[in-house]
Amino acid sequence: MTFEPAIGLEVHAQLLTGSKLFCGCSTRFGAPPNSQTCPVCLGLPGALPAINRQAVTMAVKAALALGCRVNPVSVFARKNYFYPDMPRGYQISQFDLPLGEHGSIAVFSGERTDGGKIVNRREKTFGITRLHMEDDAGKSIHDGLPETETKSYVNLNRTGVPLVEIVSAPDFRSSQEAYDFVVHLRKTLLYLGVCDGNMEEGSLRCDANVSVRPKGTAALGTKVEIKNLNSFRFMQRALDYEIERQKRVLSGGGRVVQETRLWDESEGRTFSMRSKEEAHDYRYFPEPDLPPLRLDPEWIAGVAAELPELPGARMKRFMSDYALGADDALLLTSTAATAAYFEECARESANPRAAANWVMGDLARALKNSGGEIEESPVTARELAALIRTIDSGEISGKIAKTVFEEMVRTGEPAVDLIGRMGLRQVSDEASLVAVIDKVIAANPKQLEEYRSGKTRVIAYFVGQVMKETRGQANPRMVNELLERKLAGGST
Amino acid sequence: MPITRDEVLKIADLARLRFSEEELDGFTAQFQDILDYIERLRQVDVEGVEPTIHVSLPADGAPLMFREDEPRESLPVEEALGNAPDAAAGHFRVPKVL
Ligand SMILES: [Zn+2]
Repeated sequence: MTFEPAIGLEVHAQLLTGSKLFCGCSTRFGAPPNSQTCPVCLGLPGALPAINRQAVTMAVKAALALGCRVNPVSVFARKNYFYPDMPRGYQISQFDLPLGEHGSIAVFSGERTDGGKIVNRREKTFGITRLHMEDDAGKSIHDGLPETETKSYVNLNRTGVPLVEIVSAPDFRSSQEAYDFVVHLRKTLLYLGVCDGNMEEGSLRCDANVSVRPKGTAALGTKVEIKNLNSFRFMQRALDYEIERQKRVLSGGGRVVQETRLWDESEGRTFSMRSKEEAHDYRYFPEPDLPPLRLDPEWIAGVAAELPELPGARMKRFMSDYALGADDALLLTSTAATAAYFEECARESANPRAAANWVMGDLARALKNSGGEIEESPVTARELAALIRTIDSGEISGKIAKTVFEEMVRTGEPAVDLIGRMGLRQVSDEASLVAVIDKVIAANPKQLEEYRSGKTRVIAYFVGQVMKETRGQANPRMVNELLERKLAGGST
Repeated sequence: MPITRDEVLKIADLARLRFSEEELDGFTAQFQDILDYIERLRQVDVEGVEPTIHVSLPADGAPLMFREDEPRESLPVEEALGNAPDAAAGHFRVPKVL
């Protein structure tokens, strides 16, 4: 029997506000432990929450960008549980009436070959079940401090930081689809400027629900929740492992137990959390300290009108406007800054194909070497475009351009200045080229003989010699034409 | 809808509360009274009535007051930790949890 997986994701994204969701404490990462707390986020008796306008605006942007219907009335609810990182004893979340529902996003997703290559990238639509707002818990520390054999430590700086939880439909049929979705989701949040997407600092966290079922059946199998997916790569490995594990269980006639499992990256496997800890009974009820969140439909429409061009739309536009393939368009829209850089360079150079190659090739390599972001690129989009124009006009060859580019990266000087200063202008003057060609032919009678006896491939040798003589500055198209004529015995 | 002692035990467990046998019997009876009362309420015809989400507000709802996103000063660490039964190294300290 063949099985197919059904995967759903729950993504928690920290909103990029300066202050917490219900109090004025700062959200800055890395501050001294417990230096960003107050009676509200400490859950002291009598303290009342006051909601952050910017957090709501950001959540609405995210909901709209994910195609959700934004509910004109949504309701905060208490999710009750006891854990030291949540001093109130409940998280303020949304339950029956979340901020956004019934969304979907189109993602260019592919298939992974055994060699790890992604092929067949095409547009697939995945459902977004809901998006709701909630406040974050604090951080528990279990090692690295005195007496951690018997004690745990709690830092409440993160308690109360605004989050959106985005719940996908169980629409992914492979770990690659889940991977492509979450990469696209992160990109979307970054384009919107509502989340910094930093997984190491926990600004973006991901849990997965995985089940497998016999292919062709409609009902979902028993699902297992996987936590502790701290990077996209971990997530993909954990999903692959878990899918195989469940297939083995079912193939062996067993049944999958509904449980929460943790991914252990060093062991490369998931393992069961003690199910006793799993009191999935949060006794939700409407939050009495906050009235329902009512949003004016006109205001929502205004937010929708001001959304930036989103990565999916930009990618499709790049494919049609600049005749790029899906893989290139995906790379060039990986960040809003990369996309803007490429567009400016494409426009200024009037050669989008060359601009794409430079941005994805030499520029990407240079930035990787220096560890810099494209925003701080030593070569501006305009300057790269100027370089491309000098190639297209025949002023320098593509090969020389690489040298010029390296100098531009090193010195930050404009292409035109460097070409002049380094004496790199391409030789397109026929008379000087003929002089060099005559000299090269005269010096290589054996090769000339070979050529004339029919081994015309030897022309490459002559081209090489001419290039050497001109320090690579000869116009290669002209060299070829002139050589063909000369070698054939023609006169110029 | 009858409630069992086991359900009361489970709810107590979720709330991290422990009761004597006698108390459990008492709470089971009280829970039952409450549920019976809710059962009576459920017989009321509420067709076309907006659900009351918030008891202290009129049905049409006072608007939620927004706070602008301006960070304010937090409590000094010593004060934040001041009420904690145990604290060390700038952290709240609790019995080991994992
Ligand atoms: Zn606070």
